[in-house]
Amino acid sequence: MSAQLEKPPRGSAMGPMIGELSPAHATPVVSRATGSAAASGTTHRTSLHRQRQWALWGSYAALAVFVVMFLMPPFYTLMTSLKSSAEISAQTGNPWIVKHPTLDNFWYLITYPNFQTYYLNSVMITIATVTISMVISVLAAFSLSRMGFWGSNILSTGVFLTYLIPPSLLFIPLFQIVGSIGLINSVWCLVLLYPTLAVPFCTWIMIGYFSSIPKELDEAALIDGASYMQILLKIFIPVAMPGIIAATIFAFTVAWGAFLYPLAYLYTSNQMVLTVGIISDLIRGDVFQWGKIMAACLLASLPPIIIYAFLMDYYVAGLTAGATKG
Amino acid sequence: MADGTSVPADMIAAAPREAVRRGSMKHLARRKSSVAFLLCLPLILLITGFVIYPAFYALFLSMLNKKMTAFVGLGNFAFLLKRHTFQLVIFQSCLFAVTAVVAKALLGFIIAHLMHNIPGKNQRIWRGLLLVPWVIPLALSTLTWWWMFDPSYSAFNWVLNQFGFANVPWLGVGWIARACTITVNVWFGTPFFMIMYLAALKSVPEALYEAAAIDGAGARQKLFFITLPMMRNIIAITVLFSLIVTFADFDIVRILTGGGPQDMTHVFATYAFQVGIQSGDIPLGAADSLFMFPILAFAAFFVLRGVTQRTKDIAA
Repeated sequence: MSAQLEKPPRGSAMGPMIGELSPAHATPVVSRATGSAAASGTTHRTSLHRQRQWALWGSYAALAVFVVMFLMPPFYTLMTSLKSSAEISAQTGNPWIVKHPTLDNFWYLITYPNFQTYYLNSVMITIATVTISMVISVLAAFSLSRMGFWGSNILSTGVFLTYLIPPSLLFIPLFQIVGSIGLINSVWCLVLLYPTLAVPFCTWIMIGYFSSIPKELDEAALIDGASYMQILLKIFIPVAMPGIIAATIFAFTVAWGAFLYPLAYLYTSNQMVLTVGIISDLIRGDVFQWGKIMAACLLASLPPIIIYAFLMDYYVAGLTAGATKG
Repeated sequence: MADGTSVPADMIAAAPREAVRRGSMKHLARRKSSVAFLLCLPLILLITGFVIYPAFYALFLSMLNKKMTAFVGLGNFAFLLKRHTFQLVIFQSCLFAVTAVVAKALLGFIIAHLMHNIPGKNQRIWRGLLLVPWVIPLALSTLTWWWMFDPSYSAFNWVLNQFGFANVPWLGVGWIARACTITVNVWFGTPFFMIMYLAALKSVPEALYEAAAIDGAGARQKLFFITLPMMRNIIAITVLFSLIVTFADFDIVRILTGGGPQDMTHVFATYAFQVGIQSGDIPLGAADSLFMFPILAFAAFFVLRGVTQRTKDIAA
């Protein structure tokens, strides 16, 4: 139980064994190269130390290169979002920096009723999806990891295999199905469909966390006369909180960023969500309002960025816990 | 549970009571499994209703004609396979998925090693910075890439011009456009590999490296005989998961190129969308997207068989 709670911090702790990756027998070579012919204990250690130092700075330099490459598009998004339309259409000078920063694009979007609708729809659908997904997957994971029934083993492996049938295969038959139940161009069809994207993985994460809870804990509760619901609510959910946070973030990410289903099933602006709304609203034929598009991207990326900034450790621990165990 | 542990001497006297108790235990067990089934019911309904049923429905749809009035058997599949555009789609889908997954796996491995080299207390901030591409919704970051690839006044072309090179029509020429879609996918997916590999690297016991160092193993030997074998399962699972997601990718190609130029960047998903939703030929779109399943199932079968094999070997 305590091991379970300590999981996220463990993710960030590690032994600083920098020199371990460098060959042990290379040390004499280096000391010979540096000219210290009398390889006494101290010079030996300093050259090893220096080598480690080089490996460390080399790693930092390489990581810095990767960070620059990875952050280039978000940086460009920010720069463009601060430019006025005039500055963008002038097409002169360095596009990577903004000369006359302005918040006009952001102000335009915040006061733009369509954008408000998209944001509200996205928030609403995401909250509904996360709630539904978490209820379904926590109940199922509890049942699959602890109680079991005929065929529950097949189910727990089978659930994960549903990812072999990706949404890009399902959206065409679902187009017919959604149409036949009358939910085409309604945000509610997304509330029905998004859980299918999140639930298998959330269930998998939760099964992992629930199985690591010692059996003695729920047996003791059973002997004390607790019902299964009480065991789930009073023991399993509090103890597996890191896992629940990880699964919730996953469901949130999926629901907030999904693009295919809303693009296929929604077509009026009062029903659209952010991912498709930005594209269909701010790109009119050949007119690209890049400043506004980039500002909208930034505003739409804000909730995930904030959530990850605070809860990243839980998420990373949840994602990697199952895989490293298996 | 105290069932079946009673002392034999008491058996005769307690027989009727025992029978009642055993009956109630059986009853309890039955109740337990029916409660368990009920708790799983929402999951089962969701998966059956919106994954399994639509999958079979897709199979049915794919065998109809365009107006969905007559049964044509495998006609749609045969039609697609003969079409040059669809042959391009198969080629590009496989090229896209394989190249992108290999690149992501390699880069992720390198970055994870670099991260493993630096002290633990600094790792958090670097990891946070490197995870940014993966945090931003893909459809939105692809918009930025689109803008950076813009032919007239793009960020990349400006840099090229500064170094005296001519403008590159990034998304206008087939093979360059293909490379662009792969680049965006690699940019988005590498952080996922990085965190999975980093976790795997940390789970390798330090004692193994120490023992190898005493035996005189070099860095390369440690990599090939300790790190990689210890990480094999996690590499396999990460690659499989990424392969599925990359193969089924829709957002990048749809936004960046829309399948063009000359249908050279279409993948299964975007082509199915164009044929099925935009042109209204639902059966043909369903047939197109169904091609994904056997390929994915084939990959999954071999990867998972390898993983269970290795898990058994370790257990034995």
